[in-house]
Amino acid sequence: MNIEKAICKVEPVWSAGEFGQGILASGPILLGVVPFGVTCGIMGLTAGLTGLETVLMSLLVFAGSSQFIAITMLGAGIMSWSALVLTTLLVNLRHLLMGASLAQYIVKQSPIRQVLLSFLLTDEAYALTVSRIYQHGYSAAYHFGVSLSLYFTWALSTLAGVLLGSYIPDPLAFGLDFAMPATFLVLLFPRITDRISLIVVIVSALIAVFGAAYLPGKWYIIAACFGAVLVGGLLEGAKANAH
Amino acid sequence: MRTEILLIILGMALVTFATRFSCVALFQKTGMPAWLERWLKHIPSAVLTALIVPALLLPKGQIDVSLGNHYLLAGIVAAIVAYKSRNIVATLLLGMGTMLALHFV
Repeated sequence: MNIEKAICKVEPVWSAGEFGQGILASGPILLGVVPFGVTCGIMGLTAGLTGLETVLMSLLVFAGSSQFIAITMLGAGIMSWSALVLTTLLVNLRHLLMGASLAQYIVKQSPIRQVLLSFLLTDEAYALTVSRIYQHGYSAAYHFGVSLSLYFTWALSTLAGVLLGSYIPDPLAFGLDFAMPATFLVLLFPRITDRISLIVVIVSALIAVFGAAYLPGKWYIIAACFGAVLVGGLLEGAKANAH
Repeated sequence: MRTEILLIILGMALVTFATRFSCVALFQKTGMPAWLERWLKHIPSAVLTALIVPALLLPKGQIDVSLGNHYLLAGIVAAIVAYKSRNIVATLLLGMGTMLALHFV
């Protein structure tokens, strides 16, 4: 038996090249992250948080949408611990699904890496890492490259927002947040390889659009995910039975 | 730094980490069961679609299918380029270019 190969599979060798590829791959998405971070910094001050509190939130929570919602609630005078923490939990429940989908790769890492990779999990890091798995297989170094690059960009752009204060009225008015959906389009198309995957995308799109219009917060992502995965799973089952 | 705010931030950080780590912790001993893996196979496509389509169709929170929705128009351009080229740089350049052009029209 090839024992060495088996060991390598459990503790993959760290590759600086793959780490760098991860940083590079996050580049286009950073275009969209920076204006969000700057907005977050400015909003924090406007809502009555101190600069330190705003930056600390980005460093510890590292979840854009829940930070925006929490800052808005704080700005509206809602200081209730349970309300803010519960809202954050609900907004971030979608990470359960992404965590579940990456768990099979992350559990093979050392405990410290597992904690770090989980702490750093975001929509963007998930999308890039999954796309890499699809093309070349899982690489922890790549996953770290993407995640750390997003983390430091988020923290530094929040800091920039706090420092710039009111000089930039609305960084999002430039439409730089368009970089995220545009990048994801390139990641999505190669995944549509057969009839079932096309149906999954259509179901997800329909639920997401109506969910985004009528459901609060980020529930549309969870609803679209469940609906589309249910349909995909049932169709796969039907296909397996037909053979 | 107010204690009250610090506690709120710590609470937010804790629950966010919990959502991200719980599945990894859950499958620690057993590994991911094969049947679950089969079901989770379609999550990436579903997540990507759920992130892309509302960002283009509802940039301001309401469904906006009009020529005034620059995200939708630039999104259509980006989708065509992405489909044809599978290239992030080309897609971003033409998509962002469309976005900017529409901004100044």
